[in-house]
Amino acid sequence: MELGKANKTDAVRDANKSIIEVSHLTKYYGKSRGIVDISFNVVEGEIFGFIGPNGAGKSTTIRLFMSLIYPTSGQAKIFGKDCIKYGPEIRQEIGYLPSEVFYYEGMKVRDLLKYSASFYKKDCTKRINELASLMELELDRRIDDLSYGNKKKVGIVQGLLHQPKLIVLDEPTAGLDPLMQHNFFNLIREENKRGATVFFSSHILSEVQRLCSRVAIIKEGKIMRIQDIKTLQRENYKKVRIVAENLDPRRFEVAGVANLEKVDGTLSFFFKGDINLMARLISESRVTDATIEDLSLEEIFMHYYK
Amino acid sequence: MNIFKYEFKTKLKSMITWSLSIYAVILIFMSLYQNFAEQTSLMAEMMASFPRELLIAFGMEDMDWSTILGFYGLAFVFVQICLGIQAANYGFGLVSLEETEWTADFLLSRPVSRRQIMTSKLLAAVTALGLTEIFIWIASLVYLIIFRGDELIPLEPMLLLLFSLPLFQLFFLTVGMLVSLLVKRVRSVTPLSMGLVFGLYTLNAFGDMIGEDSFEILSPFQHFEPSYIVKYNSWNMPQVTIGLVISLLALAASYWLYGRRNIASAV
Repeated sequence: MELGKANKTDAVRDANKSIIEVSHLTKYYGKSRGIVDISFNVVEGEIFGFIGPNGAGKSTTIRLFMSLIYPTSGQAKIFGKDCIKYGPEIRQEIGYLPSEVFYYEGMKVRDLLKYSASFYKKDCTKRINELASLMELELDRRIDDLSYGNKKKVGIVQGLLHQPKLIVLDEPTAGLDPLMQHNFFNLIREENKRGATVFFSSHILSEVQRLCSRVAIIKEGKIMRIQDIKTLQRENYKKVRIVAENLDPRRFEVAGVANLEKVDGTLSFFFKGDINLMARLISESRVTDATIEDLSLEEIFMHYYK
Repeated sequence: MNIFKYEFKTKLKSMITWSLSIYAVILIFMSLYQNFAEQTSLMAEMMASFPRELLIAFGMEDMDWSTILGFYGLAFVFVQICLGIQAANYGFGLVSLEETEWTADFLLSRPVSRRQIMTSKLLAAVTALGLTEIFIWIASLVYLIIFRGDELIPLEPMLLLLFSLPLFQLFFLTVGMLVSLLVKRVRSVTPLSMGLVFGLYTLNAFGDMIGEDSFEILSPFQHFEPSYIVKYNSWNMPQVTIGLVISLLALAASYWLYGRRNIASAV
């Protein structure tokens, strides 16, 4: 499914139903910047990654979706409806997991989940039990006594118990051990198969790479790039590594080469351009080993943040 | 309804604590009355020896201590202070507690409007305050009957006193709420409530002492001054109106502000 999505062009994507439409959204806190003139769309059924370092404006964007804060200018629509005007109505179908999870003092996990469920127009008891056993969450413990990771699990169950059509995750994996992360990702994929759209904010690239079909990179309050993950990796620089004796690095100083480095007998650089040219250049030398590979998202990311 | 239920449950303990404390205040005062009543002439002498301004400041000038109602009027000032702090506590904490404890993200991301949240929370607070008042009404009437001896209690001023309490508490509830929404962050509720209540109490005391109507018209201790009610057998209507108008303005402003508030994030 992710493959199918990734191959669609943007034109086809626009014809799909938009779940989130953000247009020229701007938020200033007094004089300090939140986000500036952000626009993008998230279509039905995709897992959309929203990636950037701390303070780039990820949480600001999400808090605007949830109308926890109000925009300075611009607009965000969810399910085709204005976030603020129709807030209560659209939140009926949103599951939100905040980055920091705090809950009422003295409450038991079960009480909190029941309180949360009481806001929705469906019976969530069965789903609560399913999710709790999947995430290995004990329902009869007091939330105050839980560890950070376990509180996070409460947040996950709380966000998913009403089977929302849109799942908004703000750095959801912090505090979860690898096994739980795995369970959590499977859970999100299942929800996605069921038809839920996912908006996934993170600063950890590998997890975005694992889960998302499309990604927006945000930096200092502005969107730098929005692209399919696969295209992003494909269209970009390749990483070239050549092992050879007596290799003259200057031979490779052609257009499209960047970050050229020679350590001992190994030459490595980024290349963007005609791959045949590179193949010819390599074949002209006596090499013992050569690799040409896609940059990891990590490396692309570093490129944008330099 | 679910928010109301939850909010009311969290107020239950504080409501019972306040009710019992105020009950104790009334009990102590009313049991003192028996001693005072036997020595009214001595009391009158002692009172006369105080500077008049001091008596005015404490609202004791017009009190007839020899009647049980006059004496209850004195206790009533303390009841007012306690109920004022209780109402201000609920007001200051009403929506700000969610932000202090970072639970606002949870509540506001549920499918309810801020107006609904605020209304449910207000109704829960008003219910808790109302139940406290009913408890105080019953306790007061019971003690007056127990301690009155052969005296007859004039019912009208008594009821006027007791029925002023809901409006008195409404003032502190709404003003507290408004202040909590005007500031960026409420760190601790009780010092604010004590400040507001004692501040307005002092304002009234000084105002009375100086003798001219000035800032004390902003104080609910002036709007519902027990000595006035007992003496004139009626509410000071212009003052009560001022109090009510302030409360309603604070209420409207609170709804307006909360509807536009940016909720601070924990990180």
